Amino acid sequence: MSKPAGKRRLKVSPQALAKRRFLSRVALGTGALMLGGCDRLNQSEWFPKVLSAGESLSKSVHHTLGGRRSMAQEFSEKDLSPSFRGNGNTDPESADYKAMAEQGFAGWKLKVDGLVDQPASFSLAELRAMPSRTQITRHDCVEGWSAIGKWTGVPLAQLLAAVRPKPDARFVVFHCADTFDDDNGAVPYYESIDMDDAYHPQTILAYGLNGADLPVTNGAPLRLRVERQLGYKQAKYVMRLELVEHFRQIGGGKGGYWEDQGYQWYAGI
Amino acid sequence: MRERVYVQLGACKKHPPAADRPSAILEEPAMPNPIQPSARPASYLYSRHSLPVRLMHWINVISLTVLLMSGLMIFNAHPALNWGQQSYDGKPPLLEITTRETADGHLAGVTRIGGREFETTGVLGLSTGPDGELSRVAFPSWITIPSSYSLADARLWHFFFAWLLVLNGIAYVAYALISRHLQRDLAPTRRDWRGIGQSIRDHVAFRHPKGEAARHYNVLQKLAYLAVIFVLLPLIILAGWAMSPWLNSLWPGWVDLFGGRQSARTIHFIVAWLLVGFVAIHVFEVIVSGMWNHLRSMITGRYRITADPRAEASHE
Repeated sequence: MSKPAGKRRLKVSPQALAKRRFLSRVALGTGALMLGGCDRLNQSEWFPKVLSAGESLSKSVHHTLGGRRSMAQEFSEKDLSPSFRGNGNTDPESADYKAMAEQGFAGWKLKVDGLVDQPASFSLAELRAMPSRTQITRHDCVEGWSAIGKWTGVPLAQLLAAVRPKPDARFVVFHCADTFDDDNGAVPYYESIDMDDAYHPQTILAYGLNGADLPVTNGAPLRLRVERQLGYKQAKYVMRLELVEHFRQIGGGKGGYWEDQGYQWYAGI
Repeated sequence: MRERVYVQLGACKKHPPAADRPSAILEEPAMPNPIQPSARPASYLYSRHSLPVRLMHWINVISLTVLLMSGLMIFNAHPALNWGQQSYDGKPPLLEITTRETADGHLAGVTRIGGREFETTGVLGLSTGPDGELSRVAFPSWITIPSSYSLADARLWHFFFAWLLVLNGIAYVAYALISRHLQRDLAPTRRDWRGIGQSIRDHVAFRHPKGEAARHYNVLQKLAYLAVIFVLLPLIILAGWAMSPWLNSLWPGWVDLFGGRQSARTIHFIVAWLLVGFVAIHVFEVIVSGMWNHLRSMITGRYRITADPRAEASHE
């Protein structure tokens, strides 16, 4: 509430002029702060940590609202993208990978280890022999584009049942054959999801796209589909699953290649 | 010479009947005013905007600015807009900002809207970056947060300020209902509706209400605020949610209400610019109808009413 000003002079007095000057400085200062200050805040150590509160809030609200089992929208054949865009790495450069690809991944095996009772390896033929799931879903890239594809693969829950995770396993880490070059050389791609997503019915390790074998562009021989999250979670060229209690010791410690570059671990938004 | 009178009235409280008003005068005029025989103050300050409204207004200013600038950076990661579920259904984008080589071998920034191409070098597609070098970005660095390309950082900014906007918006609507600010100050009255034609003519002629009439919002102003509060902001927030794959799963198919995720992205972009349009008109009106008075009232709450001589004359 305003105080009665009583005797105060309200004519354009020196005080009022000073106030106007002050207000224009506030306005100018705000402008300057917006332009230059944001970059400085962005470079600071502390401000991005404050900002990440937004994404933490999104994650907790989304998980509370969605629960473990909310299902991603599925589409029909007529919605399929004429060709499914490959993004990120589309042709891994390692000699090992190239050799395997040349033989149609006949010698390829998926290793599953870490905090499990029964570490195991699965050939592509063994994965194909397991009960499969086919789903037509929309792939949403963090950049903003979407494409719709028909994925066929083995539910991750099936593999987990075979290897029996230990009670302290909290995350599944996906180690991939593709790498990104940076100052430290070739940095391998990896990703991680929690056990709720790992056991989600639409979480599959896909070996087929649009009724054919998964092409190299899209992650042959095996890629992850975790349908309630963005594209960078959908690890391609998966070689090994590791069950862990935390991912602090893996890669840059943030749970994924892009997470180590500053993207959020929770990619549901 | 003008009388200096300071009155305390509730924040946007119901206007006291004319007879009550002199009782609010705290200081008698030093000299009788020859034009004004009555004791009615010719000029006085009253408390126009309550503290919560002022606070929430400036939170909106900050969050909408950051949301626009970080949003344009996010757009730069995929500078095209499509309609429907997806981006690759074979149809060309509705809007695309890119670069292409010109006939003489130079690089040009181009913007394509609905099949038409415009050269927009210097602003859209190709512009000077923070380092002074030409850079191939859709929106130029001076309008994005951060100024140099970083999708990860822009997302951090965007989602933090999106939460701030949403929580501020919820607080505002709750406050506006409980304090009756909404019913009292924003809801158009029957008289407002009847005067809508006159209000349009006044706006076009830049005629602004004076005297007691300036104490309440005019009908176009009320409708503009209501449209922003109850149409544009909810729409942009919903369209933002429609882009979240996790929120899509809460009720599979709800995104189809927008025509699909890419339509939602397009709507999000269009509404952002409608809000920019609103802010441009809002700031323009503030400047032409007494910038310092308005600015003061949105900072300290106090707004000066200066009697309208014509209205006073008609009182005789």
